[in-house]
Order: sequence, then structure tokens, then C-alpha cells
Amino acid sequence: MRLSNRLKPFYTPLLLTAIVLLVAVLTELISMSLLVRIVTVMFVSLILVLGLQLFMGNSGILSFAHIGFMGIGAYTSVLFSMTPAAKTLANPEMYPFLVTLHLPFLPAVLMGALFATFIAAVISFPLMRLSDAAAVITTFALLVISHVVLVHLDRVTNGPRTLFGVDFKTTLWTSVVFAVITIFAVFMFKESRVGLRLRATRDDAYAAASIGINMVVMRWLAFTASAFLAGIGGALWAHFITSFSPYSFYLTETFVILAMLVIGGPYSVSGAVVGTLVVTATREILRAIENYINILQVFPEGFFGFTEVVLAIVLILILVFRPSGIMGSREFTWPPRSRKEDYLGADQAANPNQ
Amino acid sequence: MINLEFIINTISLGSLYAMLALGLVIIYGILRLVNFAYGELIMIGGYTMFLLTGATPLPWLVISFLAVAAAMFTSLFTELVAFRPVREKSLTAMLITSFAVSTLLQNGALLIISPRARAVTLPQLFQTSVMIAGTSVPWRNILTILTCIATLVLLTMLLRYTVLGIALRAAADNFTMTRILGVPANTVISTAFAISGIMAGIVSIFWIGRSASVTPTIGAPPLLVAFVATVIGGMRSLTGAVVGGFVYATIISLLGVFLPPELMEFREAFMFVFVIIILLVRPQGLVRSKTSVERMG
Repeated sequence: MRLSNRLKPFYTPLLLTAIVLLVAVLTELISMSLLVRIVTVMFVSLILVLGLQLFMGNSGILSFAHIGFMGIGAYTSVLFSMTPAAKTLANPEMYPFLVTLHLPFLPAVLMGALFATFIAAVISFPLMRLSDAAAVITTFALLVISHVVLVHLDRVTNGPRTLFGVDFKTTLWTSVVFAVITIFAVFMFKESRVGLRLRATRDDAYAAASIGINMVVMRWLAFTASAFLAGIGGALWAHFITSFSPYSFYLTETFVILAMLVIGGPYSVSGAVVGTLVVTATREILRAIENYINILQVFPEGFFGFTEVVLAIVLILILVFRPSGIMGSREFTWPPRSRKEDYLGADQAANPNQ
Repeated sequence: MINLEFIINTISLGSLYAMLALGLVIIYGILRLVNFAYGELIMIGGYTMFLLTGATPLPWLVISFLAVAAAMFTSLFTELVAFRPVREKSLTAMLITSFAVSTLLQNGALLIISPRARAVTLPQLFQTSVMIAGTSVPWRNILTILTCIATLVLLTMLLRYTVLGIALRAAADNFTMTRILGVPANTVISTAFAISGIMAGIVSIFWIGRSASVTPTIGAPPLLVAFVATVIGGMRSLTGAVVGGFVYATIISLLGVFLPPELMEFREAFMFVFVIIILLVRPQGLVRSKTSVERMG
């Protein structure tokens, strides 16, 4: 068998990897510290968006809980990676058994992700039979619960105060490596038996049940896997930002990640990548404008919220005119497929109830 | 600890929560939309009061009516501009839209007015209390209860005796059938959004009456309250919303008395755990609606 034939099923993740590497290399060449920061955060966001795509795109269920698991991953990894001295300094009240924990960076990230996965696996199973509004309220409830717990668990998270003193570990290339692995993982999940079955339940729950697909189990596997990626994303983010509080893991962050996925196209892995790139670029340009106006001091009270307002309008426009996002349910392939062929699929994916 | 003061305060809180929940359920009943932008309508009511008390010599009563009107028109406007175009697409699209509308309104207020809190001048009545059977009861609480009674009576009359109200109730039971019978969908949905806006407006007067200030993020706590109350009472029933509001207020007040302070901080988390359990065990809530909800698994 020729190499090109064997690679064919992987054209999509390979193309997406090429895009990621291209952006990373360009960033490295320009080597502007602000750009490096933006691109690193973008690749971390990409991991989060891909994680959300893994659950939302394949199951068709809107989940608000994702950022909650990001927070769990961030705090857990940090508790492992910080030195006992740094922990005592940042939070003198911390439980003694937590202070003694210490692991190198990569195992700490893994612990963060595993703990998020564990929490998700334990609590989510009974929730997975809920659909539509009930599912949305329960995942929203999970987000609120995780937030309240993070804010008030003073002796673990330092409460609502900022936890500082985390070592900077997430470089541009760390985020690139993790993002590329995530692209492959999410793509392979989509094409796997579980992914295929889950997408069947999304398109027609009854037909899927009639051929013996257990919707609850499929959704549970995807939700748990998605929490793992959220945990990784959170852990990497924490080791990039180095000081943060529980308020970083709530509705604002949820909105951004959701906007990235929905604008790009929640039903395809390529959509998640495109959405992350497009929204990051848009946000940074808007934020630059916002900062510029603030420096000029045109408004006495400051000029805040402009970025979010524009992003919200863009999101609404996308939902009105192109509800399945920029990519629809298409993936990047080579040679590029004609749009017509897949358009019906995109429509159905956008509206599984029809 | 459970005395007359406690009871009146709880009823007052319950009245507020009942009105809050009603505004959310009236839209959910018809569209299955959990409107995340509902809290921001309360913010709109608050800012209207802030702007008018500062800029005009209008009496407080007129200003509060205008605040209710502002919330209602915002609600109608969001329906027309954002929800109507995505309505036919999918429920998920509508939910994300409502989340986007919420962000839009919140950051709009941040952009146009200020991130800082703005003081809202309240009438003297809101700061005074009256003695009832030996306990001092704030007038604010009595007004909340009276307003709730008046609102519920008016709403019941509207829903029972007007054509629009009957159409609204029919739509909540079976929207497709109601449309087949010739009731225009847009009219029914617009009415629902108008009522929802009015409820948010009324709530905003009393909600802001407690803090006497308004911020862009003031809509989040009442939204969470409305979520919990509607789930407790039953997402599909208007009676359920009222019951849910009062039950939630009672639970919150009792927790305030009996829960040790170190657990009190986690009160909201407990309530949402409770919400999840209800959705799993008794998704129809306390008051079951006539039409059943489809469920699998």
C-alpha cells in the first residue's frame, strides 16, 4: 500500500497540524513577546475548544460545565507543581497534606487532567440521559457548583483571592505539542466506534437506540474524555498565567470558548480550529482598539466591554445566518471537496430534531 | 428564631422569587428556551431607574413604571432581533443566542454607562419599617408581597379571560397544535416575552430596592434564583413557578437559620446539587403540567 493511501484517513488532522505549525513557526520568526503570549494562549484555548467539540459536536448537547473542569485541572495541577515553600507563601492556611505534594511539570499537568476526568466520570453518568433544556441546566448547575466550591475552598484554592507563585512552564512549543496531540485525539475519537455511535444518537436518538446503541454510555465516555482535555487545558493555562483566581473559570471564559466553537462550527474538528483562530484574531484586534481608546482617554469612565459586545453580535449573526458555523460539518480534506456534496449533512447536523 | 418577622420576610422573599420564576417559565413553556438574558432585563430596569432619577424630576412611581416598560421593550426587542431568526433552527442555537444576548446587554451597560456601581435613589418608604404585632417589618417587604398578589391576580385574569391569554396557555401545552388551529406564533411568543419583561421589570424595582445600586453584572444572581425556583416548581407550569419561588425562598431562609456559617458559604452549591437531583428524580418538578416531557434513557 502506498504511503499516501495509508495517510488518507489522517489528512484532516495532518492539515490542521500544518496550520498550527505554520502559525507557531511564523510566531517564532516574528518573535514579538506580545504575539508569543497571544499565540500560546490561543493554542491552550484550542485544546479547550477541541475538548468541548468532542462532547458537544458529537453528542449535540450544549455543555456549560467545561470551564468548571478547566478550573479543577488548573488548581489540581498547580497544587502538584508548586514547591511546598511557594505554597506556604501563597496560601499559609493550606491543608498540610496538600503542601507536601510535589511533582515535576508534566506529571502535574497529567494529575490535573486526571482529577478533572475523575470528577466528571463520577458525577456525570446519571446526568447523561438528560437532553435539551434539562441537560443545559444541569451542566450550568455543575459550572455554578464548581465555581462556588473553588471560591470557598479557602484552604485549597486560596478562596476568592489570587493564587500566585506558580512556575512558568507553558512555552509556545509546549502548547503547540499539546494542541497537535489534542487535534489527533479529538479527530480519532470522532471517527472511532464510540464517536460514530455518539453521532448516531445525536442525529436520531431513537434509530440509534433501535440498533443497540447505549446513548447514556456513549455520552458519558465523551463527557469524561472532554473533561480530560479541559483539565489539560486548565493545567497548561495555569502554568502560563502563573497567578489566577477562581473568577477566571466562570461565565466570561465559558462565553469565549463557546463562541470559538460555535463560530467555527461545532460539528467538525476543523471548525473548532478555525473558530479558535478567527475568534482569537478578532478579539485581539478589538482589544487593541479598546486599549488604544482607553489610552486616549476619550471616555472619562474608561472604554470597557467593546470586545465582548462585538463578539456577542458576531455570534448572534453567525447563529442567524450560518447556524452550523463557518465549517458546518465539513472537515478540511485533500483534495478539497466540493461544498455541495456535504451541505445536506451540515444542515442535518445543525438541526437533529427535524 | 422562627417568628412573625421570619415568616413575613420569607413570604416577601418568596413573592419576589415567584415573580422572577414566572417570567422565566412563561417563555420556557412555549419555546423550551431557558433565557439566559432574563437577568439582564432586571439590569435594564435598574439602569432606567438610575438614569431617570438623576435626570428627570419625575415622581418615583412614574419612574418605576417606566423601568418596567424599559425591561418589557428590551425583552420584546431581543425576541425580535435575536430569538425570532434562530427560533426555527435548533434549541441549542436558541440557547447559545440567549447566552450571547446576555453577554451583549451586560457588556453594553459596561461600555455605555460604567463598570462601577451606580446608586439608585429610592423613596423614603423603602427605608422605613412598620410595627406589626410587636415586630418591625420593612415597608419594602410589605410592598413586595402586595405587588406580587396584584401581579398574580392580573396575570391570572389575563391568562383566563382574554383570547391572547387563552392562546398563550394553549401554546404552552402544545405549541404545534395551537399554531395549526390558527393562532399566530409570533403574537403568542411576543406576548410571552412582553410578560417576561414586565416580570423582570417589577422584580428589578424590589431587587434594586435591596441594594440601592445597580451594576452591569446585577442580573446574574436573580437568574440563578429563577433557575432554581423553576426547576423546583416544574419547568412547564406557571403555578409551579409560583410554588417553586415560595419553596425556594423558604429553603433559603431556613438554611440561613439552621446551616452552620462555614457551610453557609456553599449554600448556592447545595441548591444547585438539589436542582440536579430534582431534574434526575422528578424532572416535572412539584407541579406537574398536563403535557408530559419527552425523556430517554
